[in-house]
Amino acid sequence: MKSTNTQTKKYGMVIDLDKCTGCGACMVACMAENNVPFKENESNKQDSITWLRVYKMDNGKPYPENDICYLPRPCMHCEGHAGHSPCVSVCPATATDYSTETGIVSQIYTRCFGCRYCMAACPYHVRYFNWWDPVWPEGMEKMLSPNVSVRTRGVVEKCSFCFHRYQLAMEKAHYEGREEIEEEEYQTACCQACPADAITFGDLYNPKHKVFELKQTPGAFRLLERLGTNPKVFYLTSRDWVRKQGDNYLKNEGQVIAKGGH
Amino acid sequence: MSAIEEKKAKTDSGAGFILLFFILGLVSSLLTGWVAFPKLLYSQKSQPFDFNHAIHLDMVDGCESCHFFREDGTYAGVPKLAQCIDCHEEVQGGTEDEAIFVEEYVANYREVPWLIYSEQPDCVFFSHAAHVKSGGMDCVTCHGNIGTSTSLKPYEENRITGYSRDIWGKNIAGIKKNTWDRMKMDDCAACHRENGVKQNSVQTHKGACFVCHK
Repeated sequence: MKSTNTQTKKYGMVIDLDKCTGCGACMVACMAENNVPFKENESNKQDSITWLRVYKMDNGKPYPENDICYLPRPCMHCEGHAGHSPCVSVCPATATDYSTETGIVSQIYTRCFGCRYCMAACPYHVRYFNWWDPVWPEGMEKMLSPNVSVRTRGVVEKCSFCFHRYQLAMEKAHYEGREEIEEEEYQTACCQACPADAITFGDLYNPKHKVFELKQTPGAFRLLERLGTNPKVFYLTSRDWVRKQGDNYLKNEGQVIAKGGH
Repeated sequence: MSAIEEKKAKTDSGAGFILLFFILGLVSSLLTGWVAFPKLLYSQKSQPFDFNHAIHLDMVDGCESCHFFREDGTYAGVPKLAQCIDCHEEVQGGTEDEAIFVEEYVANYREVPWLIYSEQPDCVFFSHAAHVKSGGMDCVTCHGNIGTSTSLKPYEENRITGYSRDIWGKNIAGIKKNTWDRMKMDDCAACHRENGVKQNSVQTHKGACFVCHK
């Protein structure tokens, strides 16, 4: 058998928060694409499963200075140092793993035994626990995607950057005798669903991909960057207060004077 | 005979009995494990009707004539009625199985509910294109000499997991003599390791999970 290794990629996302209207189309697309289970009554959000979640941020100022911002939050697919992202480092079952080929943090549901260390380790709350077996409304089980395996009770799940789409794109490439895929062949469901074109997805290493330029936009930031998680989701905004919230900015940052010692 | 010798003779015959019981127990345990357990574990199902691969392979041009790739690179797997109907609109030969096929399925446009020997669990992603087109593998390496078989073997279903016996393999001890004897994750991983296919995992330094899982 010939070896079929492709060049190293680092898939990531750039989300323009100034464009996001908080419509939630990305959340809906994600739920449908990835067979994400839901409860009959979703009013208790604490155990809802949302691989991609749109958060609402507020600058906390009274009218007329009040401003809000919506922030879609998929899995950040942290690289950490050499692939040791917070969740991957703590998983005792090797159920979650980091691939140096794609830079995607995988979650294998059949391997996970539900200890939830990864959920505690993840600073972004992207991981969700299945408290129940999924129950689909009558007939809806026929609409499930066969490309994504469904989860059972007692395992953790999270955003996979629609990895099955990468698998299918690669499969087509193999069939056509290509070793690599084009940018448009592998796009996530949320990215394609966004009516405001706020989400851009691609290979952060590849200068031909749109994300390569976008991630270098002045003011681009990543969430809780200073924790050293080295996430692959970049956010763009022209609003300083948004950037400061996203980056866990300290109030007096840049003004602290070293006093010597610790 | 002294009292000491008498006692020794008694212990000897005692040891003999223990050995006999041990051997009997061992043999019965082995029989249970090797013969009775597989019979209990697997239920046998027969296919809707028999199929002769050898006859068909003589008439068509290789496996890919019926088991083909779709244009998007996905693999069609077991043929649908649409592929068979070109030749089998009417009964061709004289076999009983073909008569069943034509009368019950072709005439009613009903798909044949074939039981798939190599069906993997839901969490597995397998790309035939990657293996056959890019990897240059042949069908026999994983599927064995099905092409020259003249009848379909019974489908054996694991009563606990619901998976086909072909995944674990016919040998209950998991002993593998040919590459096509088993289709477990270990078999995929071993071949990938040997050929250095995507050994990109940070956790294990072996094959990354999101190569074969979905």
